[in-house]
Amino acid sequence: MSKDLKTDAYDVLKRRLRYETVFVLLIIAFCVITVLNINIGSVPISVKEIAEIIFRRQGDPTQMKIVWSIRLPRIIMAAVLGGGLSLSGFLLQTFFSNPIAGPFVLGISSGAKLTVALTMIYALSYAGSVSSIVLVLAAFVGSMISTGFILIVSTKLKNMSALLVAGIMIGYICSAITDFVVTFAEESDIVNLHNWSLGSFSGMSWDNVKASVILVGVSFVLVFLLSKPMSAYQLGENYARSMGVNIKLFRTCLILLSSVLSATVTAFAGPISFVGIAVPHLIKRALNTSKPIVVIPACFLGGAVFCMFCDLIARTAFAPSELNISTVTSIFGAPVVIAMMIRRQKEKQ
Amino acid sequence: MSDLFFRTKGLTVGYNGKPLIHDIDIGVAEGEILTLIGPNGSGKSTILKSITRQLKILGGTVYIGEHDLHTMNLKELAKQMSVVLTERMKPELMSCRDIVATGRHPYTGNLGLLSPEDEAIVNESMESVHVLDLQNRDFNAISDGQRQRVLLARALCQQPRVLILDEPTSFLDIRHKLELLTLLRKLTKERKLAVIMSLHEIDLAQKVSDKVICVKGDVIARYGTPATVFHEDTIRELYEIDNGTYDPVFGSIELGKPEGKPEILVLSGGNNGVSVYRHLQKKNIPFAAAVLTTNDMDYAVARHIATEVVSTPPYEAFSEQAIERALELVHSCRIVLDAGVVIGTANQGVAKIIEEADRLGKLKKGRTHELL
Repeated sequence: MSKDLKTDAYDVLKRRLRYETVFVLLIIAFCVITVLNINIGSVPISVKEIAEIIFRRQGDPTQMKIVWSIRLPRIIMAAVLGGGLSLSGFLLQTFFSNPIAGPFVLGISSGAKLTVALTMIYALSYAGSVSSIVLVLAAFVGSMISTGFILIVSTKLKNMSALLVAGIMIGYICSAITDFVVTFAEESDIVNLHNWSLGSFSGMSWDNVKASVILVGVSFVLVFLLSKPMSAYQLGENYARSMGVNIKLFRTCLILLSSVLSATVTAFAGPISFVGIAVPHLIKRALNTSKPIVVIPACFLGGAVFCMFCDLIARTAFAPSELNISTVTSIFGAPVVIAMMIRRQKEKQ
Repeated sequence: MSDLFFRTKGLTVGYNGKPLIHDIDIGVAEGEILTLIGPNGSGKSTILKSITRQLKILGGTVYIGEHDLHTMNLKELAKQMSVVLTERMKPELMSCRDIVATGRHPYTGNLGLLSPEDEAIVNESMESVHVLDLQNRDFNAISDGQRQRVLLARALCQQPRVLILDEPTSFLDIRHKLELLTLLRKLTKERKLAVIMSLHEIDLAQKVSDKVICVKGDVIARYGTPATVFHEDTIRELYEIDNGTYDPVFGSIELGKPEGKPEILVLSGGNNGVSVYRHLQKKNIPFAAAVLTTNDMDYAVARHIATEVVSTPPYEAFSEQAIERALELVHSCRIVLDAGVVIGTANQGVAKIIEEADRLGKLKKGRTHELL
């Protein structure tokens, strides 16, 4: 008995140590990549100069401008949107009880992309400009339409792989229409629009930053508050209900929050693939648990680190030309997803 | 009525607004097990789903204590009732302890953090079903028997007064079935739980339950104590058995008799015959059994699987008619097998039968199956 208790305490300690290690590593990675991201670029800025510029607002005026109006907003956006995207993936995985669900594969990002493209073209040709809020709203409408469609399909198709195929098809249809619209739009902003429709963190304004920090921040808090019913829901809908979870309300919250998150990302950075699947998976493996209360913050941090890292590569690998962010996230994310599927297959046998 | 902690009144259940079973009036007191039996697809699960609010009820009321279950707050209900379901869950990266700890949900705060008291209850629940040593194992990596016990621990951890189990023994082998039901029996008494479950194994249902419900057709076919429900005919009708029999005394099931006129007459007594009977049944050879007193163990089996049983009342000299009938059978059968009859003062007549068989050259002795 006493031996049991000892191993017990030991296991609890080991677990906690593991969580702490993962969080500490993520935070270190976050800091390192942030500094690297400000440091590296067409104009390299040393760490000392970065400190001066950020904390004392002193230094070379060109460098000041580069840091404050180009690199810093871009980094913050990569962090916030990356975190939001990975969180949105985790929510969808919980909802469908399938680790391969994510905003990109289910066509939700593409739905948002389509409505945002339409809104941009319309707004640019009639009003000349478009505000962040309008873009997010448009993206939200688009992602809700795609999500609604997926939900309807999911009542007909109980098979998860069929559902994923349906999602990918929705994605293709939306992308095709978007490409079509973008091709025929005769705007001076066409280059920008084209870049955006492939996914990019470039050209972010502080206005964008403000909007996404608020939206993603609020969503994050709400998601975190859902961690208790989420852990019940992981045992299945019926068990969750028997533990007192209001299933309808809970499912609605999940879908709304994941849509808000993926809509915010798509509105500002376009569709970004694989982050929503690969990051939650890696995080759960690293923590060796799927407990929402630890996975949620870790997922957010992980997504932020992952997207900042990918963005660093996107803009420096073939400088001065930039890669699409999705190109980079796919290169790192897709193998993770394949490895995960193989592993799951093995576990089944 | 008031001693029934959980009860239904005029309950109608069904799917998509279509009633399947109506007028369900059942109840279970604390410390009692109520078992639903009936063929597949008879609606056992529908009833269980309806009383756990997974399905909308179509009429009537379900009471838990003094409360109407369907107007209760879900969280309050969760403190009164917990479930072990049939659906096989595959949670990702969850240890057995994590699974059991979810049972504390109705009691924890907004973030679901466990207090030391909660942890103690988790410990105690796991210990009571002997799974504490599994606590750090991945739930997907343990055996079916262990999994079922972990789920039972989870349900106990919710500290319910009513426990509902939907076919808890389904995936288990016989050892684990017995283990689980024995545990359940013990916990029901110790914790004064009102238990409702569905079972496939009628033999076990008879032994573990305080009350039984037979579900068949659109009403409850029978409801009562096992002694009143478990009759040969009731069970045969309930499951529409036409190729075998059910023995209510032992709760055992026998396969059907070989068809045709008896070819072999087996003479036995005092449990000598059973293994021979079973062997003949497997070879599909119709046989007669003689001469058995009605309190003989051989008789209890023979009456289910022998084509004819020649019987005689116990505690008296073997009846003349019985001996005569056995002699007739000696003539009509191909072989007479003496499976080890002991001749005593009461069964002198049997000696005559053996003599006659010997005279006709039909007699064989022993229970070795090569004889046949």
